[in-house]
Amino acid sequence: MIANIFFDIASAILLASAVMVISSRNPVHSVLFLILAFINAAVLFLMAGAEFLAMVLVIVYVGAVAVLFMFVVMMLDVDFVALREGVQRYAPVGLAVGVVLFGELAFVAVNWTIAPGATLLVLSPTPADVTNTVALGSLLYTKYIFLFQMSGAILLVSMIGAIVLTLRDRNRGKRQDVSAQHARVPADTMRMVNAKLGEGAKLPEPTEEAL
Amino acid sequence: MMAFFDTDIGFVILTLLKSLALIVPLLIGVAYLTYAERKVMGAIQLRKGPNVVGPFGLAQPFADALKMMFKETIIPAGSDRILFMMAPMITFGLAVVAWAVIPVNDHWAIANINVGILYLLAISSLGVYGIIIAGWASNSKYAFLGALRSAAQMVSYEVSMGFVIVTVLICVGSLNLNDIVMAQRHVWFAIPLFPMFVIFFISGLAETNRAPFDLAEGETEIVAGFFVEYSAMSFALFFLGEYANMILISATTTILFLGGWLSPIPLAPFTWVPGVVWFLLKLFACLFTFIWVRATFPRYRYDQLMALGWKVFLPLSLGYLVLVAGVLEVFGWLPNA
Repeated sequence: MIANIFFDIASAILLASAVMVISSRNPVHSVLFLILAFINAAVLFLMAGAEFLAMVLVIVYVGAVAVLFMFVVMMLDVDFVALREGVQRYAPVGLAVGVVLFGELAFVAVNWTIAPGATLLVLSPTPADVTNTVALGSLLYTKYIFLFQMSGAILLVSMIGAIVLTLRDRNRGKRQDVSAQHARVPADTMRMVNAKLGEGAKLPEPTEEAL
Repeated sequence: MMAFFDTDIGFVILTLLKSLALIVPLLIGVAYLTYAERKVMGAIQLRKGPNVVGPFGLAQPFADALKMMFKETIIPAGSDRILFMMAPMITFGLAVVAWAVIPVNDHWAIANINVGILYLLAISSLGVYGIIIAGWASNSKYAFLGALRSAAQMVSYEVSMGFVIVTVLICVGSLNLNDIVMAQRHVWFAIPLFPMFVIFFISGLAETNRAPFDLAEGETEIVAGFFVEYSAMSFALFFLGEYANMILISATTTILFLGGWLSPIPLAPFTWVPGVVWFLLKLFACLFTFIWVRATFPRYRYDQLMALGWKVFLPLSLGYLVLVAGVLEVFGWLPNA
């Protein structure tokens, strides 16, 4: 009984916040509603008994991806008036894309058939002593190991791509070389002088590097 | 009576009672942690610390709380009102919510869930939002700078913290916090995984924005960081949240590395002491170290802080994870193998 109420509450909030993501005028509010939607999706996962997926959804999407979104959106200097002006101009294009997407979704939904083996799976539920995490791990690292490794490799490639795009010339800009700093000894930088009265100490000629 | 607690309503009431039994001591703990911090720092710096209100100044936290309550709440004119008021609530709420899975004795947790440690990680990764929202909603440059610093810092140190937790997990073979403590019956993880213990503790300092990593509130450069615009109770909530997080990270350290409620020596006179007492003693030791560190070390420079997180802790924890996994595999010590 309580589970049903929680399901209704969580899915209602999920749908409402998903609508708010696209309808709220302030992009920061949009991201915050997106986060609310993620969290409610995690609640739904929890209620379905998939506790590992729920936690990973929160850690990865809310804790990492959405933080980056938030950073970008906050730093952007968004002109809200200009944003609102564009709505009517782009409405037909948006509408067309929406209609096409809706048509495709409807096509998929109409032709949807539940796999014949699925009913058998319901009849043989997960054993009580196998937790969600163990079940996922033992499938992911045995049967699907190549797909798993492949997705890891794709992520690695995209990460290297991002680094290559943003890496600037090494010799420009101020960089700290810690080992060079540690390798300095007093003799390199300091000279003890017994300055005579009225003469003072003579400065060495400045080196090329110092200039 | 017990039959009543098995019904739906009884279960809700029981959970509420359990939560109350945890939150009230936690809040008192937070109040006295502020007092302890001022007393310990006073002793380290050869001062007296608070000693006027009540005997030994013991009523000082309550005097501070009253003062905060009667001050005026100021909301800046250009701020986003709703988010501005929500941010401290998020920070404080998350700091309290995480306690639902912390076991203070064998099976003494409000929720003994299978993914306890992931839950803690999820809640601590949400903690960034309280700070970012505060910084953005204040519509102030100092607050925004502080929030950016703090968010970048928390995200960076979470990565190495995650690897440390994974290292502990492969030694345990379970994500359940109760199992993690029971796996340390013979030896605390602080001994075989000592480097990880040190990394976790230092990352904990960074994660809670404590000295020497308190750049988010660096008062000499950005006034008070993300809560510069906050006053009265909304400020107090941030303050309480920060201290509750400190206690939380100490509790996590205790559970992961110091054997939770287990006695240090599994022999007769030590095992007579209730587990809660051992848990609290270890917790206090961690908290004392937090304060000790604050009174001892100067603040880090921001680029050095980032270099430490990404160039030292991340490779070190990743390497140690591979090493531990290799050792466990070679000697056949993997749990559940």
